[in-house]
Amino acid sequence: MLHAFVWATTLTEVEPAKNPLIPEMYDIVWSVVPFAIVLFVFWKLVLPNMQKTLDARAEKIEGGIAQAETAQKEAAEALEKYNALLQEARAEAADIRDKARAEGAIILAELKDQATDAAEAITTKAQQQIEAERLAAIQSLRSEVGQLALELAGRVIGEQVKDAKASSAVVDRFLADIEKSEKSK
Amino acid sequence: MINGLNSLVLSEGVQFHAPSITEFFPDAVLFVGTPFEMNRIMIIRMVMVIVLVIVFWLGTRRMKLVPGRFQSLIEMGLDLVRVNIAEDLLGKKDGRRFLPILTTIFFLVLFLNITGIVPGFNIAGSSVIGIPLVLAVVTYFTFIYAGLKKHPGAFLKNALFPPGVPWPFYIVVTPIELVSTFVLRPVTLTLRLLMNMVVGHLLLALLFGATNFFFLGFGQWFGYVFGTGTLAFGIAFSLFEILVAVLQAYVFTLLTAVYLQLALAEEH
Repeated sequence: MLHAFVWATTLTEVEPAKNPLIPEMYDIVWSVVPFAIVLFVFWKLVLPNMQKTLDARAEKIEGGIAQAETAQKEAAEALEKYNALLQEARAEAADIRDKARAEGAIILAELKDQATDAAEAITTKAQQQIEAERLAAIQSLRSEVGQLALELAGRVIGEQVKDAKASSAVVDRFLADIEKSEKSK
Repeated sequence: MINGLNSLVLSEGVQFHAPSITEFFPDAVLFVGTPFEMNRIMIIRMVMVIVLVIVFWLGTRRMKLVPGRFQSLIEMGLDLVRVNIAEDLLGKKDGRRFLPILTTIFFLVLFLNITGIVPGFNIAGSSVIGIPLVLAVVTYFTFIYAGLKKHPGAFLKNALFPPGVPWPFYIVVTPIELVSTFVLRPVTLTLRLLMNMVVGHLLLALLFGATNFFFLGFGQWFGYVFGTGTLAFGIAFSLFEILVAVLQAYVFTLLTAVYLQLALAEEH
């Protein structure tokens, strides 16, 4: 390449019209003009547009990251809230259960009392009835036994015991003896 | 050998035209005689400027968050300068500040370089000294401005009298720093780009001119053999010129960013 250059400069000696190192006026003009145009276009149009695009791109990426972060934060908050609510609900449920259990126990006790009372009432009533019936039976037995004994005694003696008053007194005495002997037993 | 071929004329009348420096100074066709006169190369420059503006205007007019194919390509190009050059070397804040100038330099140089292998244009818009020189001057004033603004007063002192050097050394160091920082930087920027493009064009013109001559002027079997050889080299160097075009645009922009970084650095 250097060789070619040396050769090129030797040619300028042959044709000494132009020196490539001395700029012509028109050459300078048509170098400044292109430079000015291109500089203007890049400075005022191309590079600002490019910068805008790069900024928008960066913003979009950063915005996306920020959005994701807020979303995550919101999700965490929601989870916390949900957990708190769940905790509350559980506590409430346990409370209700305890209350219900206590109430149930009270009701059960009441029912038991009632049943016991009713049973006692029934028992007393039955006992009273039995007692009354027993007394009635004793009464009727006493008069029947007296009659039978008189009849038997009459037949044995052969004649009827006429004096009813006297005979019933005898029967009563007899029965009292029996009762006495039973009591002493 | 080449000078021998330079004047080779065969009986068929097909002459070998060795490319010369006059290729870079074609006749003016528009506004002749005014400071705005345009020759073929100046027209190529303006065409490429229009193409560049249209491509980037369309590419960034309605940008979407999720880019399509065309927008992806545009973004990739802009990101090459923004991320790999501006932000890497200057950091986010200063990188953004000087991004317009760096992007302009990169794409202007790239689009003007690439015309060297675009059929129909066949010459780089940056192969005449105007573009490299103007851009080098822009870089020069930009980094001096950046340095003076960041370290008013201290910038020139630090640049010429590097701190931490014992003062007797300044006798040697200061002239070196003066020349390397304030003279050689713009000169090397200009010449590196200009010469790459000039030589690239001359090489391709030579190879394709030779191919033309071998096929049409020489004929015969050896003409076809040599012609095929020079054609193959021409195609190979065309591809190489694409690499050079991108590389020179990258280097020019990178060096601008490096000079800015050195000017903005806290300690020299």
